[in-house]
Amino acid sequence: MEGSVQNPNQSTTAAELIADIKLRVAEVAPAEIKDGLPEGAVLIDVREDGEYATGHIPSAHHIPRSYLEMRIENIAPDRDTPLVLYCAGGVRSLYAAKTLVDDLGYTDVKSLNGGITLWKDGGHPVEIPKTLTPVQADRYSRHLLLSEVGLEGQQKLLDAKVLLLGAGGLGSPTALYLAAAGVGTLGIIDGDVVDRSNLQRQVIHTEDRIGTLKVESAAASINALNPDVEVVQYPYRIGPDNIMDILPNYDIVVDGLDNFPTRYLLNDASVRLKIPVVSASILGFEGQISVFSPYEGPCYRCLFPVPPPPELAPSCGANGVLGVLPGTMGLLQATEVMKLILGQGDTLVGRLLLYDALATSFTELKIGRDPECPICSRSPDAISDSEMGVFPDYDAFCDGSH
Amino acid sequence: MSVTVKLPTQLRDLASGEAEIPVEGATVNDCLAALFGAHPALKDRLTDENGVRRFVNLYVGGEDVRFLDGVNTAVADGAEITVLPAVAGG
Repeated sequence: MEGSVQNPNQSTTAAELIADIKLRVAEVAPAEIKDGLPEGAVLIDVREDGEYATGHIPSAHHIPRSYLEMRIENIAPDRDTPLVLYCAGGVRSLYAAKTLVDDLGYTDVKSLNGGITLWKDGGHPVEIPKTLTPVQADRYSRHLLLSEVGLEGQQKLLDAKVLLLGAGGLGSPTALYLAAAGVGTLGIIDGDVVDRSNLQRQVIHTEDRIGTLKVESAAASINALNPDVEVVQYPYRIGPDNIMDILPNYDIVVDGLDNFPTRYLLNDASVRLKIPVVSASILGFEGQISVFSPYEGPCYRCLFPVPPPPELAPSCGANGVLGVLPGTMGLLQATEVMKLILGQGDTLVGRLLLYDALATSFTELKIGRDPECPICSRSPDAISDSEMGVFPDYDAFCDGSH
Repeated sequence: MSVTVKLPTQLRDLASGEAEIPVEGATVNDCLAALFGAHPALKDRLTDENGVRRFVNLYVGGEDVRFLDGVNTAVADGAEITVLPAVAGG
């Protein structure tokens, strides 16, 4: 603080200090920046965390004054970056500006006259930042410690809307872990009720909920695990009559469906709506998983232009499956969902991962977009309702309503 | 060329329960012929009068032969051919 202030150890009053700073730090009026700052300029809120949480000027970065010297270079490494600082009333931002000019050599620092108080008085917009409650900060503390997640990533998870097709083998672990991770909205579609034979692998359900709707059972488990999560229940099968109404409410779809006709229907609808699908399937000791991101990578029809005939498509009846297999595959799905929400890592777009539990081996296959794909080679608008979910020999296929 | 054909669970019953079958051949077609020679029941399941059925995906070295040279795709010594049908279980 020394340097330009005269007689620092003697009788300079706070008023004299401010007067001195005002001679050297320009002030701007709220009206001057109400339509935004000049190109390249940066607005910084220097108030404390608690003040910032009550509302800030949109587009402002937040660095409490006590952290200013430590963090300013993260936002404005160039000393010639035009900076506008503000606080509550316009005094602390002057002190802060002086520090940046005198101690760190910034050349173009201004202070917002009257601070956010005058800004609000002028009727200019204020944005309330999303913050975690103390309980949330505790619950998600291991996420907050990861730079790839952090506060911003956790907020993305809390804001995310994920639709789970099926609350069965795959849907159970996926729903539980996405709920634990704080994915804010989970839609679950399933028309079945809990059967005792489900409990060998469908870990979201419990013995005492046999006979109740799976969506209700799943919601009960999710709410018990994490009350942050809103569960939207769809206690019926997804079909041509409802899919285009439900899907647009979600960012990502998790496909744990147990039959081919609906998988093709889902593909066609998700391509039309450009919603990514994290798709897995299981049989016996083996699982497959991929991510179908419309127009970015291949779609389900690029991979499987037609389904196998019923005798080779054991989805139409009861089939054996190792109880832990959907756990492995469902959590691979949940991981892909998290990465898509966070925008981190390399997803399985364009890749099909096969897992053989007996051999404990993974095989990765490349899948490309088919230039002749009947669905994703065309624009979304060109795909009609009557084409959705249709494939050759559809009528000959086993029970399409399954 | 010595090549390994990897079969999914639902086809292994037609190959005496084997998951990986060693065959000899220079192309996918050669290898399939050798495979069907050893396990004739697989031929009906994987092919029809038009060749390999549309629902059967074949990969050589992780690449879909549909985007290579189809059944004429050459295979190197030690290559793996993966036979992949769609599965819908969830």
